[in-house]
Amino acid sequence: MSLTKAERTIILSMWGKISTQADAIGTEALEMLFASFPQTKTYFPHFELRAGSAHLRAHGAKVVAALGDAVRSLDDVAGALSRLSELHAYILRVDPVNFKLLSHCLLVTLASHFPADLTADAHAAWDKFLSLVSCVLTEKYR
Amino acid sequence: MALSGADRAAVRALWRKLGGNVGIYATEALERTFCSFPATKTYFPHFDLSPGSAQVKAHGQKVADALTTAVAHLDDLPGALSALGALHAHRLRVDPAHFQLLSHCLLVTLARHYPGDLAPAMHASLHKFLSHVTSALASRYG
Repeated sequence: MSLTKAERTIILSMWGKISTQADAIGTEALEMLFASFPQTKTYFPHFELRAGSAHLRAHGAKVVAALGDAVRSLDDVAGALSRLSELHAYILRVDPVNFKLLSHCLLVTLASHFPADLTADAHAAWDKFLSLVSCVLTEKYR
Repeated sequence: MALSGADRAAVRALWRKLGGNVGIYATEALERTFCSFPATKTYFPHFDLSPGSAQVKAHGQKVADALTTAVAHLDDLPGALSALGALHAHRLRVDPAHFQLLSHCLLVTLARHYPGDLAPAMHASLHKFLSHVTSALASRYG
């Protein structure tokens, strides 16, 4: 799976706006994930997960920063996220189904923050990009 | 996970807010489903699926009416959706996995139009409601 030229253009053009609200978006997406899909909290027994917690904010920022790395290397997402891919495969071992849940929450959060930008085409492009990132993060599982 | 009193109250309140626009949002959700998940178009070979299609708009209104019926019968979703479930199972033969794709697109659509309203708690209640609708439809598949 690779992104078309049109899809890359959409993602790159929106990223400028997204990066200015990166922390808020990451935090909100994670809050949504834990509220709607409580089973995902099992991966964070060491975190304080209440809304507004410092752990949530820090981790939300990390998630969006990683997406930023992928956006800056759309030609080689696997290379850009190689270390993260190993982390998820050998240490974190997050069940792949959960990436879809986080991707969903990220898309809903993007829709809230950028309603006019998230046209049907943009929605499809972001869905594809997040699927690609999820694929890369789980490709070393076996 | 059953719908709690708080979930029901939240869904009913949001539906009152949506008022007569549910059809518009369901139509947009359908358009996004076809755009992001092209395989879903195979269920509509008889439709014009181009943007702005009158057939998609009419179908969106049908979906909206069914959801509104569901909101009015939160105490008995399987009963209220029994006929629709049978239709999807035996005649339309829609893979139940696709209901979740439409749910996802509906949530993104609502987040675009009501950015302040889709906070994590509301999203959780809505997602739960849509999951129950999906389960009720899928329960007739056996």
